[in-house]
Amino acid sequence: MKIQLRDIYKYFGPVRANDGISLEIESGVIHGLLGENGAGKTTLMKILSGYQSADRGTILLNGRPVHFRSPADAIAAGIGMLHQDPLDVPAFSALENLALGSPGGPFLNRARARRTLETLGRRFGFSLDPDAPVSSLTVGERQQLEMVRLLALGVRVIILDEPTTGISAPQKALLFQALHQLSQEGLAVIFVSHKLEEVQELCSRVTVLRQGKVAGELRAPFATDEMVSLMFGQALGTYGRRPIPLGEIILQVENLTVRSPRLELNGVHLTVRAGEVIGLAGLEGSGQRLLMLACAGLQKPHGGRIILGGQDVTGRPYTTFLRHGVAFVPAARLEEGLVPGLTLREHFALAGDTRGFLIRWDEADARAAQMIADFNIVGQADTRVEALSGGNQQRALLALLPERLRLLILEHPTRGLDIASSRWIWHRLLERRERGTAILFTSTDLDELVEYSDRIVVFSGGKMSAPLETSRVTVEELGYLIGGRGL
Amino acid sequence: MNPLIIETAKSVIASSAPLVFAGIGEMFTERAGVVNLSLDGSILLSAMAAFAIAFLSGSLILGFLGGMLVGMLIALLVAYGAIALKQDQVAIGFVLTLLCADLSSFIGKPFVRKPGPSVPHWPIPGLVNIPVIGRILFDQDVLVYASYAVILVAWVWLFYTQAGLRLRSVGERPEAAFARGIAVNRVRYLYTALGGALVGLAGGGYSLSVKLGWSHRHTAGIGWIALAIVIFGGWHPFRVAFGAYLFGVLKSVGSLLQPGFPNIPTQVFQAAPFALMLLALLLVSGDREGLARRLPKPLRAIVQALLAGRPPAGLGKRFEQG
Ligand SMILES: Nc1ncnc2c1ncn2[C@@H]1O[C@H](COP(=O)(O)OP(=O)(O)O)[C@@H](O)[C@H]1O
Ligand SMILES: [Mg+2]
Repeated sequence: MKIQLRDIYKYFGPVRANDGISLEIESGVIHGLLGENGAGKTTLMKILSGYQSADRGTILLNGRPVHFRSPADAIAAGIGMLHQDPLDVPAFSALENLALGSPGGPFLNRARARRTLETLGRRFGFSLDPDAPVSSLTVGERQQLEMVRLLALGVRVIILDEPTTGISAPQKALLFQALHQLSQEGLAVIFVSHKLEEVQELCSRVTVLRQGKVAGELRAPFATDEMVSLMFGQALGTYGRRPIPLGEIILQVENLTVRSPRLELNGVHLTVRAGEVIGLAGLEGSGQRLLMLACAGLQKPHGGRIILGGQDVTGRPYTTFLRHGVAFVPAARLEEGLVPGLTLREHFALAGDTRGFLIRWDEADARAAQMIADFNIVGQADTRVEALSGGNQQRALLALLPERLRLLILEHPTRGLDIASSRWIWHRLLERRERGTAILFTSTDLDELVEYSDRIVVFSGGKMSAPLETSRVTVEELGYLIGGRGL
Repeated sequence: MNPLIIETAKSVIASSAPLVFAGIGEMFTERAGVVNLSLDGSILLSAMAAFAIAFLSGSLILGFLGGMLVGMLIALLVAYGAIALKQDQVAIGFVLTLLCADLSSFIGKPFVRKPGPSVPHWPIPGLVNIPVIGRILFDQDVLVYASYAVILVAWVWLFYTQAGLRLRSVGERPEAAFARGIAVNRVRYLYTALGGALVGLAGGGYSLSVKLGWSHRHTAGIGWIALAIVIFGGWHPFRVAFGAYLFGVLKSVGSLLQPGFPNIPTQVFQAAPFALMLLALLLVSGDREGLARRLPKPLRAIVQALLAGRPPAGLGKRFEQG
């Protein structure tokens, strides 16, 4: 099957998400769609798979124009899409998810769904619990389930939108293997990503989008420089990390024990000085979050002490930590960091002086305008935060932090962001460090840890390693430690 | 077995039938993601309509159909306001509650305390002779038998049919349902109407069987109980039915105890079931885990299974397709 997209336009108000995109996709090929956040990749793919209609433009299948009024139309034509956030019903079991919307008699045929799941699962090496609610599966497993569902419906074109975000390394390997298999069987695979390495590893052709337009088309082998310059329109500048003298002790953690229902973190000793950046490495759920929550005053420790600027604050309320200049930026930006439904201006009003009875809108407006300019936030003062892209949400979160901070705790500060946004975020963070703020952050990206930390601690199963000097550790060594060796 | 217990159980089953209809009806509506908050008013107006029509036409069937039609029309108003006009479901439901209640008093004036037709008693031959059970379950009227059927059919429908699966998906995650080719808003209209018809049937059940006749605010309060029972029942037909019967038990225990305590005002016994129902609701929707932990081990699993259940994730959320 051959797909041609011709002059696709889609505007959201003033935002030109797709600005005249033309593209051809062929069967038996893994076709990459590369571009930084906001380039218009998801919008284009939603148009191709019937979730959205284009303002203008045509889709041709084997030379014939088609009009999809719903995703079901597109699936009937053989085009299916896996969304970044799997579009399934979390309360349903895997079987019910498979059965929903698949053809069949009036009764729910769980046995048939089970057979489908087994056969297709075996073909790709997926092992999914058929009866557990999908909400208890990992993102990677839910993705596998969606893939099985689309294949069972007989799609010949499968679109994957940023499929590697939030899945484990073995799941990623399994996914890539399955995609190779599918393309060999003659399916067209469209792989949407903002990660260069993945596209290089997997795809044989790639289309690069920039600001809603096609910036270029490449065939394997790909040159990294060329991809980067197509993605960003220029070579990237690095901000670099200047060595600075460390200041007084900001945070002392002594023999800390923190418990969650699933994990106990214990025996943690850590001293952090002003201007120091500490990277917390380890597999997700190894105890990093517990340490961060305890240091931010969001979770009461079960033992040990936390000393901020010489004062014992163990077990004190969150407000005490705030007064001591501690801030926590969670990874779940919309769930924990921002208030969905409120505009940027309202966020600045909340973060500003809240003592009076009336809201100081003039101050909030001034601050919002200044911060939007300062932090390059793509949005207006009256934009609701949930309408911002991930990178802009993260910028907004940073913009909302108080001017003076002693300790800044960040959970995955650049997760889901493209290279340019990540660098920019770090540029702002390192500025704070030069003003004496100590930084604790987690990341699953080893390069990021090594690049920005002064010292790294590694977590594994509720234990924390002694701090490692970053200058004396390599990415490979770190990988071993994270794998649980040597702790 | 003590004949008093059998008689009480029998009357609980009979008097709970309308609440079963209303509870299951609202459960269907909410499973589709719509809240029809107008139940208290709907039941009043449909009870009045069913009685008036049966009184004027002499036909019970016409009466019930009229009641169901009224319930369905009110529900469709909620759906239309929420889906087509994009208004707040809770506000619409609440306004309709007040409006329908007043309307029932106004239109129902000529029918107050008139003797009217009632659903005849009809023991099921054969089944009624089963010891104990037969007398409790099968020595009733057609309406009660219909309530059994509604419980069973609702259960099979929800969990064993494709249509039920589609219904649940629409209430849980409409975007995913849409992606699978389901006309989300059409399903919502359909089940809101169906739920409304069952609520209307409940109204008729009161005025033509359980609480014969019509009077000012004849069934006031029942609609709120039905709404609470849906939550209590965790949106599951069996547990919703259990909630309805529990309320019936509380009411009849009240009236049984009343003669024994002449010093306590009768209003206390009338109001107690509502308060107890509220308490039950608090237990269910409060800290379930904590409650379960405090119970002895053998009871724990039972209580946990009984209390499991959460609202459909898309309840009350508007859906617009891209
Ligand atoms: N439903 C929407 N309403 C308003 N703006 C949108 C909507 N969807 C996408 N956008 C905007 O369109 C642009 C392209 O977004 P998207 O296609 O998601 O980019 P990508 O997937 O490449 O990151 C962004 O600026 C985004 O904010
Ligand atoms: Mg995207």
